[in-house]
Amino acid sequence: MKPAPFDYYAPDTIHEALAHLARHGYDAKPLAGGQSLVPVMNFRLAQPSVLVDLNNVSELFFIRPDGDAGLRIGAMTRQAQVEHDALVAERAPLLQDAMPKVAFPQVRSRGTYGGSIAHADPSAELPAVSVALNGRFRLRSQSGERWVPAEEFFVALFTTALEPDELLVEIALPAMPPRSGWSFMEVSRRHHDFAMAGVAAVVALDGKDLCQQARLVFFSVGDGPMYARQAEETLVGQAPTPEAIRAAAEMAATADIDPGSDIHASAEFRRHLARVLAGRALEEAFGRASDANNK
Amino acid sequence: MAEKYVGQRIKRNEDPRLLTGRALFVDDVELHGMLHAAFLRSDYAHARLVSVDVSAARNRPGVVAVYTAEDLGDLWKPGPLLVPAPHSVENVVFHQRTQVPLAKDKVRYVGEAIAVVFAESRYIAEDALADIWVDYEPLEPVVDMERALDADAPLIHEDLDSNLCAHLAQEKGDYQAAREQADLIVSRRFLVDRGAAGAMENRGVVADWDEKAQHLTVWDTTQAPIPIRNGLAGMLGLSAHQVRVVAPFVGGGFGPKIMMFLSEEVLVPWGSMQFKRPVKWIEDRQENFLATTQERGQVHDAEMALTSDGRILGVRDVFIHDTGAYDPYGMTIPLNTQSHAMGAYDVPNYYTEVKVAFTNKMIVTPVRGAGRPQGIFVAERLLDIAAKELGIDRVGIRRRNLIPPEKFPYNHEIIDQAFAPLVLDSGNYRLALDQAVKRIGYEEFIKDEQPRLRAEGKRVGLGIVVFIETTGIGPYEGARITVETSGKISVATGVGTQGQGHFTSFAQIVADQLGVDVRDVHLVTGDTAEFHWGTGTFASRGAVVAANAIHAAAVAVRAKTLKLASKVLETPEEELELRDGEVRVADIPRQSIGLGELAVLANPLRGAVEPGTEPGLEATDYFGPQYGATANGAQAMIVEVDPETMMIEIKRHVVVEDCGTVLNPLIVEGQVHGGVALGIGNSYYEKLVYDENGQLLNASLADYLIPSATEVPRMEVGHEVTPSPLNPLGSKGAGEAGAIPVPALFAQAIEDALADYDLEVLETPLSPNRLFELLQGKEKAE
Amino acid sequence: MSDLYEVSVTVNGTVYQRSVEPRLLLSDFLRHELGLTGTHVGCEHGVCGACTVLFDGEPVRSCLMFAVQANGHQVSTVEGLGTMEELHPLQQAFWEAHAVQCGFCTPGVLMTLLPFLEENPTPSEEEIREAISGNLCRCTGYQHIVDAVLLAAEKMPSQGDC
Repeated sequence: MKPAPFDYYAPDTIHEALAHLARHGYDAKPLAGGQSLVPVMNFRLAQPSVLVDLNNVSELFFIRPDGDAGLRIGAMTRQAQVEHDALVAERAPLLQDAMPKVAFPQVRSRGTYGGSIAHADPSAELPAVSVALNGRFRLRSQSGERWVPAEEFFVALFTTALEPDELLVEIALPAMPPRSGWSFMEVSRRHHDFAMAGVAAVVALDGKDLCQQARLVFFSVGDGPMYARQAEETLVGQAPTPEAIRAAAEMAATADIDPGSDIHASAEFRRHLARVLAGRALEEAFGRASDANNK
Repeated sequence: MAEKYVGQRIKRNEDPRLLTGRALFVDDVELHGMLHAAFLRSDYAHARLVSVDVSAARNRPGVVAVYTAEDLGDLWKPGPLLVPAPHSVENVVFHQRTQVPLAKDKVRYVGEAIAVVFAESRYIAEDALADIWVDYEPLEPVVDMERALDADAPLIHEDLDSNLCAHLAQEKGDYQAAREQADLIVSRRFLVDRGAAGAMENRGVVADWDEKAQHLTVWDTTQAPIPIRNGLAGMLGLSAHQVRVVAPFVGGGFGPKIMMFLSEEVLVPWGSMQFKRPVKWIEDRQENFLATTQERGQVHDAEMALTSDGRILGVRDVFIHDTGAYDPYGMTIPLNTQSHAMGAYDVPNYYTEVKVAFTNKMIVTPVRGAGRPQGIFVAERLLDIAAKELGIDRVGIRRRNLIPPEKFPYNHEIIDQAFAPLVLDSGNYRLALDQAVKRIGYEEFIKDEQPRLRAEGKRVGLGIVVFIETTGIGPYEGARITVETSGKISVATGVGTQGQGHFTSFAQIVADQLGVDVRDVHLVTGDTAEFHWGTGTFASRGAVVAANAIHAAAVAVRAKTLKLASKVLETPEEELELRDGEVRVADIPRQSIGLGELAVLANPLRGAVEPGTEPGLEATDYFGPQYGATANGAQAMIVEVDPETMMIEIKRHVVVEDCGTVLNPLIVEGQVHGGVALGIGNSYYEKLVYDENGQLLNASLADYLIPSATEVPRMEVGHEVTPSPLNPLGSKGAGEAGAIPVPALFAQAIEDALADYDLEVLETPLSPNRLFELLQGKEKAE
Repeated sequence: MSDLYEVSVTVNGTVYQRSVEPRLLLSDFLRHELGLTGTHVGCEHGVCGACTVLFDGEPVRSCLMFAVQANGHQVSTVEGLGTMEELHPLQQAFWEAHAVQCGFCTPGVLMTLLPFLEENPTPSEEEIREAISGNLCRCTGYQHIVDAVLLAAEKMPSQGDC
């Protein structure tokens, strides 16, 4: 299990990195934390001929406040750093909750937020969390930059809006809505395996305690993060009663997701788990929202 | 030395080396000019090899040679049959079809080696694998063991008229007659699926042919260095004295490392002789999944006949055992299953019949437990189902049927892996069960705790099972013990070690006999240059067979030492004692002589010795038990199940273990813990998933789920001790016990936790998905 | 073969300069270029944890990094802990508690625990299990490892910063 040969570049700046990507196009792969890429290279399932290592690009490592209550996170920020960051805990508690579920401690100390997003594994936690938080991704190439909403970024299985010459450089997470609550839940075989099903939820209540927003984003039950829009529709404007939650969970599990089968879980079991998790997550999230102070 | 070392919680002599990264493992061997091997492995489970084109690979820079079966000349022949069929049984059918060094004409499992590359680095060798072009003509694969035995199944070995590898029926008493008298007959079909041994260290071989010395040194992750030496010498046309096999520190064995002479173990030493350069092959994890032997696949149709008060009248078990594509290990596993499907019980009538099937999957050889978990699963599950149907308490029905202490030695009559009728040497099985009942708080749990938790909506269940484990089989092991002139003791034995603590437990035995500090006993295991005879570490036999050989040699050295000391100190032997590295006159401690000085005197450089005197304070001795010992125990578990997510949590796990005399409780407990962890894997996590084409779908540690620290619970371990009468130490062996009963235990606990579903667990391993299906089935049925 | 790169890596305080192919895994570099064979390799896909080393003080899988990436960085391996004569308190606790059987996973477990214990000097059993959940061990069932960490946590504060 040794990787095939490749050429290696370790630029110090985004500018240089983009030049390498532009020159090598589809032959090149950016190397972030390497926790997903290097295993598949060791299995020789991926054999990129050029690696552009981003680990020396210091401008990609940061967590900083954005506006009153938002966050900007550099794409190369290590997952372990996100996990232990006080600002993340304060402004994006959903993200903080999800971090310990991302693989193992040793993987998080090397793995990066942006790497997980760009890799777009449908079982990964961070894409779903980013969609649930209504995040946006900043993509740069030599010809300019663009912001893509997380909702639009994940195109298909392991496929994103990134062009081969583009680099994900930053993640922007807006402030949580007022009177909002969150929940993160997943069910996996061993505690740290990829989930058989998981969900990230952000809900908000209006002044009359009715549901204003219910972003339920599933993972491991489709080709990418699955934003349960129909479930949200059943809830918005409703009081989050157990019956309403049950109906939304049912809707999510039957209409909003598209699970496949693998050796760990059948599509049917994944739907079942999605239904269970949706119910539990909504209950927890609405509970938090109703406890939250009006901001 | 005031107290005896045997029986003490002594920390291990070998640990400082392991803890500091200074212990030598096979992959740590670096030799000048070393080549690296890589194997091209079949992508198909069953296919004809039309052609193999290695020309591009041969031309790649850094590649020294690429060989296919055609290039091997006389070396190409099927490997040895490591264990013959049981010749002591008349009606046995056995078709010997052993693996070949490289596939010729056809491939029979995914991962079977087709070509070998020797290159300047493993990286280049793997590059060259991609250059090899194989033209396969796919054949219908035979994946399912029942399908394999269908009359119209494609033939895996075309010179046979079916895929039947072996057939053996055995009977004790008259099951049919017992059946006719029974008040209750429970019969079920049980499935046990395949798992991997999953040692953390993959296999590896380094070979170094010294052309000038005409000598081959092989470092091998084997559990059996001496048989490897003997076999290699034969295959390579060398004398056994021209071959040294070293099994240095080995990173876990668990069975497959006693499978001998798969392709790599033959071709790497051979390659070294071809190139007159050292050659290294270190298996990677993917190869480990595809090309290291596996175990456990069986399908049982079993029944139990009982009286209305829960006495077992008889058991009938007809099963298929999947041996994979070849059968180098004979019938060891199904024989163990046959000898364990009566469990720990006094079963007067028993009929057992096995058909062994060839399939297009990796070869099956023993994995920690080796057929026993399957047998115990059948026995314990049948008893649980019978208890339910009879309305008898689970513990009660077990107590009623356990072999009573006065019946030992108990003749189980069934021929087992030692090819002799299984005799259970000793035990008091009820003690272990009673202790487990007490430790888990069975009565309180059933009466108070479980109803209380159920009222809170929690699905909690308890399991409690008993088991036996045949251990310590022959034929023999040996040891040589020498008092060195430094006063320290050296011990050499032929078995290899893979973490069992032999450097310590064996040293304890020697230290007790010779009155030295346990840290002054230096042990060498697994180096054929140090000891010539032996078989290996398997079947939980190290602490029985090798330990007793060491004990015998230590007793002999002690006698020599006393004899010489008696002369030197001019004191009768009876008045001497060995303490603190000296021989003393018991009443006059100042009148003494150090062992080192005695060792010098025992090997004089000049002068005459009495005729017949052997030099040195040294002895070699052997031990071969009359028959194998049998350990026993009980385990209990409390589990909570979330019936919505199918997540389980093991709240408590109790193990009571009777492995006879305990040499070192710390080590025994460690063995138990590790065994239980594997058992938990075999219950809910670990399953090798083959698709209908014979492709292994989870050939990685990301998808093959070895339990981690967050899945394995804290275990409570208790001991009972009924020493084995079959050896002087009274030891029985503990290596596999932990793993054996866990699937049966887990199944019972899950059923209990989900009592409201009235579930029957008839298969192992379960998984969340499978449990979901079973519960769905129950819901739909209602 | 692609070009060779000059790297300078500090391992356990010693600076090593070598020319490497970019594809050379850090685990292979440590073991076969530098002869530091205490770091073991069990899966080469980042699951088993046997190859865990400290990279600039953080525990990482050395099988998921390339040696070129270590250029200019600090790596700590098990060889940099205690010696056979003078074990590190964590190693000593592993010895006392029989946390080692075959010893193959041990170096990776030790290197994972070292920074963990620095951050959590008095961990609970649950925290310890979580911390080593990325280190597979087939021999011990983890129990004696957990016991060893609890023991080490008791002993280590008085031992000072080792």
